[in-house]
Amino acid sequence: MRVTQGTFSFLPDFTDQQIHEQVQYCIDNGWAVSIEYTDDPHPRNTYWEMWGHPMFDNPDAAAVVYELNECRKVYGSYYIRIIAFDSSPGWESIRLSFIVNRPAEEPGFKLSRTEVKGRNIQYSITPYSSDKPQGSRYK
Amino acid sequence: MENEGKEKESEIVTEVNLKEDFQASGVADILAELDNSLIGLTPVKTRIKETASLLLVDKAREKLGLVNESPTLHMSFSGNPGTGKTTVALKMANLLFRLGYVRKGHLVTVTRDDLVGQYIGHTAPKTKEVLKKAMGGVLFIDEAYYLYRPENERDYGQEAIEILLQVMENNRDDLVVILAGYKDKMDKFFESNPGFRSRIAHHIDFPDYSNNELLEIAEVMVASMNYQFNEESKKAMAEYIKIRKKQPHFANARSIRNAIDRARLRQANRVFNNSKGPIGASFLSQIEDVDIRQSRVFSGGIDK
Repeated sequence: MRVTQGTFSFLPDFTDQQIHEQVQYCIDNGWAVSIEYTDDPHPRNTYWEMWGHPMFDNPDAAAVVYELNECRKVYGSYYIRIIAFDSSPGWESIRLSFIVNRPAEEPGFKLSRTEVKGRNIQYSITPYSSDKPQGSRYK
Repeated sequence: MENEGKEKESEIVTEVNLKEDFQASGVADILAELDNSLIGLTPVKTRIKETASLLLVDKAREKLGLVNESPTLHMSFSGNPGTGKTTVALKMANLLFRLGYVRKGHLVTVTRDDLVGQYIGHTAPKTKEVLKKAMGGVLFIDEAYYLYRPENERDYGQEAIEILLQVMENNRDDLVVILAGYKDKMDKFFESNPGFRSRIAHHIDFPDYSNNELLEIAEVMVASMNYQFNEESKKAMAEYIKIRKKQPHFANARSIRNAIDRARLRQANRVFNNSKGPIGASFLSQIEDVDIRQSRVFSGGIDK
């Protein structure tokens, strides 16, 4: 199951050239661009690991694509996303975020139903991959 | 399908107009600016013009499908201090930007301290940070030979050199590296780092300025600060240059700038002490020969 989230989630995966152009758009708007990765695809997992600091003072997107490829060398089988932070309101807020790397195989999610009081049903989803401990989920 | 084919056909370029490209790129402005704003440096200007036309022709050839490799643009500027290396690098960044060889055209100036860390594992992130900042523009490494310190085998400079070389090779489209420094030390540096020599296509030598050129520079500097020389102070400046040039630590245009700064100091002092009534702008901006002749240089001392 293909995990989608963030901006452009309805589009096919971007090429490096397309990533470069999107990131350049962010930089030209004065946003700081950051790279993050995770091996827990749960939609409520909002805090991913940071790959270095957000890049505050790089005028060109090539730097981000360079770091992305460095990140891919280490975590090529993880989810990697690019996040753009806008500080103009006085605090850092996310303007845009999109997935730029995903595991070759995405096993999807398990839906479990629990019957509670009054025959109500509570749903919860668990990624199949998170059965394994962190770090050994995707190869 | 048919439409696509047609569109493709119209995109194929069979002719280019170099003069038009030249006009459109705005390179002419920069070359003219280079000519006007920099005094002397004829060999440097010629080299830059040659490089500019080579790059222009390369772009045109690329349009016609004749080149597919992007040319190596890394350069080395060698010359004595104060010969205008940084100034020319700034112009070069602008030139490459106009020609479309770098995307942003900003200049990032660094020295050894910005690239080399102080402990193990500190150098690589530091160098990479600088390289990322320079991407899309020009990285100017001043006194590049300090990166390599053969006398200390545990020096981290070597690590910075390796990362630099790697990025210079793999990210050739993303940034241009200019190494700068004194001629003899640069030569030694290239000798011991053959990797650099082969990755740098353009070696440009900056000659020292002649006395007349230095005087001209002094006049331009004074004018840009809204001051003026008169005949006597000009003569004093010429004499100052002649004497100063023979002294140690002479740094060409930079020494002239410092001399003028000190002359301004003395001028201010003189004006303040002598002023009795209201004075005009011409009096405030006039540098007299006494302002220059009071320099230690004339009494055998050394101005720094």
